[in-house]
Amino acid sequence: MTYLLRRLAVFPLVLIGVSIVVFVAIRMVPGDAITAMLGTEAGLLTPQQRAALAAYFGIDQPWFVQYGRWLLGLLHGDLGISTTYGRPVLDVILERFPLTLELALLSMLIALVVGVPAGVFAATRNEKLSDLGVRIAAMIGQSTPNFVLALLIIYTLSAGFGVLPAMGEFAPLWQDPLRNLGQLILPAITLGFAFAASVTRISRSAMLDVLSDDYVRTARSKGASARSVIWRHALPNALIPVVTLSGIEFGYLLGGAVIVEQIYALPGLGRLVLDAILQRDYALVQGCVLFIAFNFMIVNLLVDLAYAALDPRIRLGEN
Amino acid sequence: MIPLLSVSDLSVGFGRKAEANEVVRGVSFDLADGQTLAIVGESGSGKSVTALSINRLVDFGGGKITGGSIRLRRGDGGVLDLAGAAEPQLTKIRGAEIGMIFQEPMTSLNPVLSIGTQIAESFRLHRGLTGRQAIAAAKDALDRVRIPDAARRLKYTPNQLSGGMLQRVMIATALACNPRLLIADEPTTALDVTVQAQIMALLAELKRETDMSMIFITHDIGLVAGIADKVMVMQNGQAVEQGELNQILDHPRHAYTQHLLHAVPHFASGKATRSDGRREKAPDAEPALKVDGLAVRYPVRSGLFGRATGAVHAVDGVDFELMPGETLAIVGESGSGKSTTARAVLGLVRSTRGSFSASVRKAAAGQSALPIQMVFQNPYASLNPRLTIESILAEPVIASGGRVNAETRARMTTLLKRVGLPENSLERYPHEFSGGQRQRLCIARALMLNPSVVVLDEAVSALDVSVQARVLELLVDLQREFGLAYLFISHDMAVVERIAHRIAVIYAGQIVEIGDAKSVLSAPRHAYTKKLIAAVPTIERRRQRFELDTRQVPSLVRPLGFEPGPAKWDVFGSDHRVRIEG
Repeated sequence: MTYLLRRLAVFPLVLIGVSIVVFVAIRMVPGDAITAMLGTEAGLLTPQQRAALAAYFGIDQPWFVQYGRWLLGLLHGDLGISTTYGRPVLDVILERFPLTLELALLSMLIALVVGVPAGVFAATRNEKLSDLGVRIAAMIGQSTPNFVLALLIIYTLSAGFGVLPAMGEFAPLWQDPLRNLGQLILPAITLGFAFAASVTRISRSAMLDVLSDDYVRTARSKGASARSVIWRHALPNALIPVVTLSGIEFGYLLGGAVIVEQIYALPGLGRLVLDAILQRDYALVQGCVLFIAFNFMIVNLLVDLAYAALDPRIRLGEN
Repeated sequence: MIPLLSVSDLSVGFGRKAEANEVVRGVSFDLADGQTLAIVGESGSGKSVTALSINRLVDFGGGKITGGSIRLRRGDGGVLDLAGAAEPQLTKIRGAEIGMIFQEPMTSLNPVLSIGTQIAESFRLHRGLTGRQAIAAAKDALDRVRIPDAARRLKYTPNQLSGGMLQRVMIATALACNPRLLIADEPTTALDVTVQAQIMALLAELKRETDMSMIFITHDIGLVAGIADKVMVMQNGQAVEQGELNQILDHPRHAYTQHLLHAVPHFASGKATRSDGRREKAPDAEPALKVDGLAVRYPVRSGLFGRATGAVHAVDGVDFELMPGETLAIVGESGSGKSTTARAVLGLVRSTRGSFSASVRKAAAGQSALPIQMVFQNPYASLNPRLTIESILAEPVIASGGRVNAETRARMTTLLKRVGLPENSLERYPHEFSGGQRQRLCIARALMLNPSVVVLDEAVSALDVSVQARVLELLVDLQREFGLAYLFISHDMAVVERIAHRIAVIYAGQIVEIGDAKSVLSAPRHAYTKKLIAAVPTIERRRQRFELDTRQVPSLVRPLGFEPGPAKWDVFGSDHRVRIEG
């Protein structure tokens, strides 16, 4: 419990650090919000009108004043107004987030369901032909760029079976689960493919290490069957690196998957951030980055809690 | 009557071409019901492979039985050749008819499962027990190995128990289904000597209760005397001699058995101590090292802000003097603070309090003389594998600000020759040397700066017994030649007896007894020293019985600001002091 409090106490510090870096970085990019907002029409503005608009959005002040105001707003739960959408930043983010979260969860599910058994299988057939097959497949999986895979999947489905991936307006899970899954399953497979390949490789090597450990020999000396040795004695000990890897990958996916979202026309967090940067929507970029950093920290915390749950030797909060 | 186990002409090989790479060749022996066979040999002799072949665990390590038979008389009277048995048959025999315990109890139990679950697994597998029944059986099994408070300890995971307790858990697991044969593969090698005595006592007692047979594998022929009926000595994959216990110990025929019995250090209760002590000859000499009131404490932190709420008193109020040309052995069990003392003397750990003075010797011209150097326990881990021997030997010179010149090189060659290594060693890398040779290299490295004190932290513990004997001889020779003072940290009383002039017994961070080696070993005064010395196995004490004792070592954690009272000593003779319990 004290451990949890201590971990949570660090969160605000990290978030402030992240926000300062983003705040300064995005203002160093040439171009300004008003030009980006109005496009060619920006040229028609008089300097007075331009100044008035800048004052309206608060972007006429020096950056530290802007930052101070923004931070003050943040303390009240206000991330500012998006210049592109004309709505509160938090609302815009929360609208996009369920899709990203769902996509990340689905990809991880696919990766674990495929990757762990494949890795275990390969480890128990070390240096045999089937092990080689799994290792080659994993290598291909890791080195295929996901846009290539996405296009291959779409092409095979449409040219081979005359089926098109479900497109159109995105349907949230709670409104139309079937349509929602139809829209997300292919992007999840696309993202889960490389993820599964990494999980396979790391499960295989972790299992190989564990299978030569003394307690595995002890289990065999007790007369445990090969299956019990693998699933009951070895696997729980091999899961730590798998959890580490999954946590990192999952954290990245929570930041959005720009290319896959683009190809499957999904309104996820990745495209939101990209558009916000292109539009110089300062408030939205800051909000998104802060949100993504926060998610990453939560995921890291969950990973550490998972370690402690998996291995009784790890006691949290001890140096 | 057919013997319980009959191994004949067994050969075992490893790798793809197992026939060409045999590590066990033509081993035969019989084992009757209730009998204990000890297999004795050094590393690489094939003793463990022989044992692992019996329950065919050798298959999982890449081994293959290339010839011979292993006939086991089963519970129903039928005979099965394990050498040719199929895996499903073997899983029914392992644990049910053949139990096994291993060398490292710390790593031989699954770290993520509770010990209750692990013991209960045997009952589930072979007795068909489930749920509460299996757990109740596990509790009985723990009671049987005399683990106090068994019901509560069932829920513990292995990291919550000491090595000795874990080895008891291993024994409980192995004996859960009353196997008729127990294979014990160096079951006490990783344990402290008093714990070893406890485990040996337990094994002997359980064997009497159940009339099982046992194969006991060890490198320590001294340990054999306490437990075996028959002894088989192995060397290079072959059984060079086997016979009844007394016959082997008293009338060994094979040269290697004679070597094991006579050339290798065995504990002789103070009869084999050195007689070249310098104390009496030069009573007023300046000590090479003087340690005064040494204390090493580590804070214990807790709470939200990690405030220190207590301290681990790892070493508390240790003082001693070490004369030139003298060996002071610090003996004690793991966690007693002996290695911490050594490291504090070298400044490798920060001492909380206390002072040292070490006399710097008159250095030869151009040589910087650091007074204290160290040799570590593991010669495989303490030499950088990417450096040549020349660079390794140059390191202390460079570290102390010296320059590598012709003179340094000359010293390297002299030292290498002196420690008995070939002249062309300088350009070679550590992996080209054996364990004993590496330890010689470490000794040469320690001597590069012409130190007055060498700290040897378990310096021969990782070596095979016959290599150990030769390195000890080298150390004694070097000491005489260079007038070195040794601070010799060890848990092994047999080794200590061979090299020490004086002995300090350390217990729970404090010296409880210190004095002349002969006096301490032959007439120990402190209760702990007595217990320690009684636990050392010797060839003379055969079939000795130990009392089971489950007392724990006192906790070293003290409240913040705690100061132990001043030590009071009882003095016996000219050089023998014992701390009075306060």
